[in-house]
Amino acid sequence: MMKKIYFREWDLESRSYWMLLVVLAAIAGIGGLAALYMEHNGHWVTGMNNQIVWGTPHVFAIFLIVAASGALNVASIGSVFNKTIYKPLAPLSALLAIALLLGGLLVLVLDLGRPDRLIVAMTTYNFKSIFAWNIILYNGFFVIVGIYLWTVMDRKMKCYYKPAGVTAFVWRLVLTTGTGSIFGFLVARQAFDAAIMAPWFIVMSFGFGLAIYMLVLMDVFKRDKRPLGDAIMKKLKGLLAVFVAANLMFMVTYHLTNLYATENHAFEAFILVSGGVYTALFWVGEVLIGGLLPLAILFHPTLSLSRGWLTAASVMVVVGGWMTIYVIVIGGQAFPMALFPGKTILESGFYDGVNGMIASYTPSIPEILLGIGGVAVALVVTVIGIRMLKILPISLADEVADPHASV
Amino acid sequence: MNNSQDTNQKRRQFLLKGAAVTAVAVAPGVMLHTAAKAKPLGDAVTDAVRWGMLVDAAKCADGCDSCVQACNDENGLNLLQKPQGASDEMWDEQIPKWIRNVKVKDNLTGHVTNLPMMCQHCEEPPCVDVCPTTASFRRADGIVMVDRHLCIGCRYCMMACPYKARSFVHEVVEHKLTRAPRGKGCVESCNFCVHRLDDGKTTTACQDACAKDGHNAITFGDLNDPGSEVSQALKEQSSTQIRADLKLNTGVRYRGV
Repeated sequence: MMKKIYFREWDLESRSYWMLLVVLAAIAGIGGLAALYMEHNGHWVTGMNNQIVWGTPHVFAIFLIVAASGALNVASIGSVFNKTIYKPLAPLSALLAIALLLGGLLVLVLDLGRPDRLIVAMTTYNFKSIFAWNIILYNGFFVIVGIYLWTVMDRKMKCYYKPAGVTAFVWRLVLTTGTGSIFGFLVARQAFDAAIMAPWFIVMSFGFGLAIYMLVLMDVFKRDKRPLGDAIMKKLKGLLAVFVAANLMFMVTYHLTNLYATENHAFEAFILVSGGVYTALFWVGEVLIGGLLPLAILFHPTLSLSRGWLTAASVMVVVGGWMTIYVIVIGGQAFPMALFPGKTILESGFYDGVNGMIASYTPSIPEILLGIGGVAVALVVTVIGIRMLKILPISLADEVADPHASV
Repeated sequence: MNNSQDTNQKRRQFLLKGAAVTAVAVAPGVMLHTAAKAKPLGDAVTDAVRWGMLVDAAKCADGCDSCVQACNDENGLNLLQKPQGASDEMWDEQIPKWIRNVKVKDNLTGHVTNLPMMCQHCEEPPCVDVCPTTASFRRADGIVMVDRHLCIGCRYCMMACPYKARSFVHEVVEHKLTRAPRGKGCVESCNFCVHRLDDGKTTTACQDACAKDGHNAITFGDLNDPGSEVSQALKEQSSTQIRADLKLNTGVRYRGV
């Protein structure tokens, strides 16, 4: 019989809490100033140009948005699939999902050419555009996950818990499908025009979101000394390993499918062999840091029992995941479009991949600061959320959390 | 009494002179307006016309950039100043270009072709499909362009365009032409010199420049009018669409590519 689980606000000592908040807010503020600087001058101060039109801010934004939907998974396993051990984890899962989405969207919006016209994007829709659908999906996500969080935390709302949980789960799947489809529908670019982008993004979201969830869970529990037992961590660790493996499988499938068609050989050679920084990021970032190394740790009989190694594996999934998005988004644009199949462009007044030349892009400091600012916003929201609301269980010790523990 | 008669006389003369001056000033405008048979600016364009272009690459001279210069002048693209502190290299990759010269070589035969590339004014434009706010739109007369009041600068259209025809305005626009309004943070591209067409003219700046140089590689006109020069030329000889495999039914066709 499982013990009753109580939730309480994060009771980190006041000084440490405010210090943490000030540091995070300062990072977020610097990101805001960077956005202001880029907006005031125009995008010429960034590394972006007419060839690489989506730069580092998009990498951060897409990573955070994908991770947001993944962070909700922990809650969904409890609410939709009735796994009791995950139920106490649900409030933090929902809060993180909202926080990460907010951070990602802020970066996305502040990188627009005209962020002052956000109201236009909210009021004038082209329903053929997956971007327009995403605006609705993102806004809906806030509302639905907000309601779900309410049903989890308020006893009076208990009767709506299940429908809210199922709706949130379905919505998050549709949302990530929408994010992946931004690329899936781009017929002109060899890197993107693939139906697998949508399910691949969903699988990536599982891994990124869970890795961030585990990092936050371990950190906030450690900071105010709440017990966090191995039973929960074992479950999460196993789940993360499955997600990382699934991500690797989708990545391999994507590249093998491309390799099957001769027309894509040049693009694949670029990513896998000759693409310089993109090839390095692919093998070292996407395959090694984001895939094989964390898998080795997570499946290792002794290392996977250590919190330090679990933290390292989660950090690797996050860093490797960021690099994966970088290779997809920026590597995909750097490879020249096939304007004239069967012909080589000898000269061009607009950098059309002369003699197969790759488009140049170097991330600028303001772009990176804006992206990091988005991460900081997500953490600020999380920290304030757990401090103000009863999000965290008082204990997740094995005898409390594990339904099979012998007490 | 005499005084008041004098005054009336003077008033009459003044009014007559005034009317005559007004008539002289206004009449040519009215006459010209009628002669040009321009569509009143308030009237919506219709699909009775589909503007289109034929580029004969065989006539496109190596090293000539008259069309590019003419486009820059016509649309005020060359009024942009390089921002202080921007490197020449980066600036060249960031400055908007609505039309550019491309030289391509056939991988098998080695045949080299010169041609101008610009917005291909697709009947099924991917840029219009992906635009979240309907800022990218296709006019009934086939011109694909950007509504600069609705463009939020998301650059999704630039990701979607198979011809890399669009540019993002990376810097503050201090000087611009009334006929070609533009601004920082929006996307723009060739619009077939829409201001000319709406003014009753029937040629584009690039076409005029090419003809002036004696190359005549660009023919422009109404594809729906079987009697138009462009329709006749297209009917006479075969032409191709760039990336015809995408089935976008482009308004710009090429010969000799």
